[in-house]
Amino acid sequence: MRITVNGRSQDIEAQPGQVLRTVLRELGHYEVKRGCDAGDCGACTVLLDGRAVNSCIIPAHRADGREVTTVQGIGTADEPAPVQERFVAAGGYQCGYCTPGFVVMASTLGDEELADLPQALKGNLCRCTGYRAIGDAIAGTRNTAPAGISNGDPAYGQAVAPPAARRVVSGEEAYTLDKDPPEGMLHLAVLGSPHAHARVVHLDASRALALPGVRAVLTAEDSPTVRFSSARHEHREDDPDDQLVIDTVMRFRGQRVAAVVAESRRIAEQACALIEVGYELIPAVYDPDEARREGAPLLHPERTPADRVDDATRNLVIAFDEGDPRDEVEAALASAPHSYSGTYRTHRVTHIAMETPAARGWVDDGGRYVLRTSSQVPFLVRDELAHVFGLEPEQLRVLTGRVGGGFGSKQEMLIEDLVLLAMLKTGAPVQYEWTRTDTMSVAPTRHPMRLAITIAADPDGRFRALDLDVLADAGAYGNHTRGVLHHAVTESTEVYHWGKKRVHVEGVYTNNLPSGAFRGYGLGQVMFAVESAIDELALQLGLSPAELRRRNMITADDRFIAETFDDLAIGSYGLDQCLDWVEAQLATSASPSWEPRGLPLTTVSRPSGPEWAEGTGLAIAMIATLPPRGHFAEASVSVGHDGTYVVSVGTSEFGNGTTTAHVQFAATALNTDASRVRVRQSDTDVTGYDTGAFGSAGTVVAGRAVHSAALGLRDRLIEAGAAALGVEAAACVLDADGVVAAPQGAATTSASGQPRRVGFRELVEALAPRTGQVTQKASNDGTPRSVAFNAQGFRVAVSRATGEVRILHSVHGADAGTVINPEQLRGQLEGGVAQAIGSVLYENLIVCDGVVETPVLRQYHIPQYADLPYTEVFFADTYDLLGPRGAKSMSEAPYNPVAPALANAIRDAVGVRPTTTQLTRDAVWALANGADGGSSAGRVAPL
Amino acid sequence: MDLIQVASVRTPRSRDELALAPGEVFLGGGTWLYSEPQPAVTGVVDLMSMGWRSLERRPDGGLRIGATCTLEELHGISAELGGTARPVFAEAVRSFLAGAKVWRTATVGGNLCFAAPASPVPVLAAALDASVKVWGPGGKRRIAAADFVTGVGQTALAPGELVRAIDVPASSLAARTAWRKAALSPLGRAGVYAAGRREASGRTVIVIAGARTRPGALRFERMPEQGELADAVRDLGEWFADPHGTPAWRRAMAVRLAEDVRSELEGAAA
Repeated sequence: MRITVNGRSQDIEAQPGQVLRTVLRELGHYEVKRGCDAGDCGACTVLLDGRAVNSCIIPAHRADGREVTTVQGIGTADEPAPVQERFVAAGGYQCGYCTPGFVVMASTLGDEELADLPQALKGNLCRCTGYRAIGDAIAGTRNTAPAGISNGDPAYGQAVAPPAARRVVSGEEAYTLDKDPPEGMLHLAVLGSPHAHARVVHLDASRALALPGVRAVLTAEDSPTVRFSSARHEHREDDPDDQLVIDTVMRFRGQRVAAVVAESRRIAEQACALIEVGYELIPAVYDPDEARREGAPLLHPERTPADRVDDATRNLVIAFDEGDPRDEVEAALASAPHSYSGTYRTHRVTHIAMETPAARGWVDDGGRYVLRTSSQVPFLVRDELAHVFGLEPEQLRVLTGRVGGGFGSKQEMLIEDLVLLAMLKTGAPVQYEWTRTDTMSVAPTRHPMRLAITIAADPDGRFRALDLDVLADAGAYGNHTRGVLHHAVTESTEVYHWGKKRVHVEGVYTNNLPSGAFRGYGLGQVMFAVESAIDELALQLGLSPAELRRRNMITADDRFIAETFDDLAIGSYGLDQCLDWVEAQLATSASPSWEPRGLPLTTVSRPSGPEWAEGTGLAIAMIATLPPRGHFAEASVSVGHDGTYVVSVGTSEFGNGTTTAHVQFAATALNTDASRVRVRQSDTDVTGYDTGAFGSAGTVVAGRAVHSAALGLRDRLIEAGAAALGVEAAACVLDADGVVAAPQGAATTSASGQPRRVGFRELVEALAPRTGQVTQKASNDGTPRSVAFNAQGFRVAVSRATGEVRILHSVHGADAGTVINPEQLRGQLEGGVAQAIGSVLYENLIVCDGVVETPVLRQYHIPQYADLPYTEVFFADTYDLLGPRGAKSMSEAPYNPVAPALANAIRDAVGVRPTTTQLTRDAVWALANGADGGSSAGRVAPL
Repeated sequence: MDLIQVASVRTPRSRDELALAPGEVFLGGGTWLYSEPQPAVTGVVDLMSMGWRSLERRPDGGLRIGATCTLEELHGISAELGGTARPVFAEAVRSFLAGAKVWRTATVGGNLCFAAPASPVPVLAAALDASVKVWGPGGKRRIAAADFVTGVGQTALAPGELVRAIDVPASSLAARTAWRKAALSPLGRAGVYAAGRREASGRTVIVIAGARTRPGALRFERMPEQGELADAVRDLGEWFADPHGTPAWRRAMAVRLAEDVRSELEGAAA
């Protein structure tokens, strides 16, 4: 068949059953992304004969004789089209994986589509931004400083566009698989278990091996016997050693039974169906409360506390008590005049990073195994692969391209181990790419929890006690459960003074798919209970929700309990500002004349009438600025003859925006323009160590390392310049052209009256005559840690007739210390709020008897443009004494207060307390009408 | 996504080529077929190559919607072809979870045969009392649209049969129509449909779907009273459970939307 792509006509041969997207990527059009492979997300959008289509559901044979335009046909990084410039100017993306599709779609929007933008954009999904910035791009609003143009201001604090901006909007920025494959690369596909609990007693791969093109079938016999955890942390001992690369015991549906390595993905998948497996079924348990009772089926009976499994005989990954003795807490509760008890549940949600996990491995010229993978933690993956496979870390190199979204999902080693095993077995390069359904049925989800809470207060609203019982579904493996549960009860409770406090926590194995790291890392679940309970107590006391919080929340002068949080301090305090602002904003919208504002190019009506009820709600949140017990980053900054700087740092970029922040730290310290700073990142070979981009650490830990390195380099350059000029270093400054003697004093100007100057060539020659490159390294050990604060408020209208929750007003105050980049910070806040609104109002990963019933995006509804409000944001005015240049991290944090704020607003509107985070219309309708929520097998969650 | 077991793609031009070999399936737009793994499908027979007309006026004044008519074409149906009922065609297409990119590819016949509770075309066809023209190994036959869908993803088609067209009678095109959809999100996958038609004679049909395993048509010789309609809707039964709404909510929404349709039809006639 003949196809014309971006004006170039070529004869190609498509295989039967192939779709256009596959053909385009095989032709090297990596700008066409694979997001869902099902026509739901729009990442693969192209123009077919000038009209937008999802190329992943266009049968390839239909493209014969037709013309395809990809985002590269619209414009390139060097010659961007106006629509692409608008995405740069607006800052209309974060991870950027959905952006080529959005740009193609935006290029087709005429007046009719712009008049109903939510309808026009419902086939394009973005998980990072919350869509406001995309709407701005379409509307032509500029939010970022023009790329590459110096405005004379220091980069720090400016809305600098990300360095990759033009490459992202043109589809040129390479994600994990957006490079030509190595010669002879094989593809891997996995046969998943059809049973939630079973033992593989027979496996015959002979028919699969006989299929032409199959090179190997990997089974438990090929697997290393070293147990590990897919969760990755600085200390591998943080997580239980309860997994094998391929096990013979299946503990959840979809677990690896075997893997086929073949010459094409098609052959590998075909061969999976030819593997004959005999299973011996084991009784399964799906409810964590049942799983911890005597007689329940045991998932990991052989694991011990030495493996970091607290009590395998009760399926307990972790169980602990914290706080005051039980009798003291009970006495405090009993004597307090006001108390409230409630039981809350948080449902299962998942990340939906737009790029599915993918990895590609090959052997380099030096005989080392190289893995290019979509990871938040390339260094930790390298170290764990070395541990599991008995290799030296030096035998491995792990690197990332740009990563298409994370939210915690890529702080796991879910694919790299199989790729390495396949390489070791075949000696060939191997690629393994997850499907969207894999990410929704096999990948770890957020931990569902059940929270029983009792709080009590004096008549004047001073808290007297907190008693909190947490039960979490760990799923089949313990990855992240220990860390999540330790974290879950920390900042969520420490933000208040309780008097007496007791916390009991259990994380329980079940035969559900595993739970893992998710934005907020357990805090949001506990905050849902705490912040809901506080609102109920405020009602009892006749105090406003804000006032009750104010009377009990920590202040700038407080200290955290030393033995629990030895390195945690309040480096800056803006919680009061955030709460005050949110409360004031919600008061503004109480006026009958106030009108809601929607996303760009949309309107929101404020409904009235008997079926509608309005309500407001708010919640606060605190989070440590980085994970505890060590988070390390090394960075270096180099400069060459031309005065451009290269920052080398281990942090992955997946929409977190840390790359831009690192540029800004360096550019400001070095007094140069942001366009003269390049970043090399996330490669275990060419950059220094980094624990990883999780726990919002990229800004704070790696940021401090970059900042220190840049300051060190500045000092060395100034010293060299001062020496050359024969003046004191104190009399010199560094600017974009070199070192210049400061204008005060006669000796610093030349005879012509011009300031005396030493250029970069001379400076570099003086400092590094042999290499021509001056490099300064620095590191940071992630301690001490500070805390960041957030407050979210909502005004909602709730329809008692339909259960619709219409968000009229969404306001978010954040204390992130000094603001490194206001547009990026705003984007992180909006994106976090948007993801949390999705979790509450729309998303529900339904698992019934171990089977995920919502394994595709048309069943698991992540927010579209139509689904989200405009969120007003506020930055508290603080300066953090512990953060780089006064800054704090702000990636996970905005997610956390949203669910309770929304539940509190719904409670205020309808007068009934929601006790679950799942507040879809049917659930709210049942709540408001006192109706039976309805029983359908599919809707019964184990918790 | 690539259909890994597909080894052949046929593009038939005539009826003679429409007999399915083992493992073959008919391909309409392909927006569903290519959206999920199809391990049992080894060949596709692409009906788009048949060259069927998308929309045409029949000699009896009715409308023929070819099975390969795209949802985009149906959305843009002309006033001349759509008659008084014209707005309901666009409403039905807009109820689709997918956006305009998919409308360009997805077909009317494909959506009818997909027969999910959320599929709008079976609701539209039933509300217009259309007749489904079927071709098969045993010859041609017709199935009343209201009887076409028999369950979730199940139709009255026999193996090897295909939908050639949906024929809408002239009396339905001349009717007043109303369309409502409810979902768990503003533009989300439908959980409930109510669609209605009122002819000049007063004859009224209200179809409840999405909330049930298959569309249910309520027929009245005159405009029903509010309570009468609500009772009739509640009595339909077969309320459906899936991630797009609980049965209790769906039933309540069905009653509400049916009343919206009734009052719109009543107002339109006044």
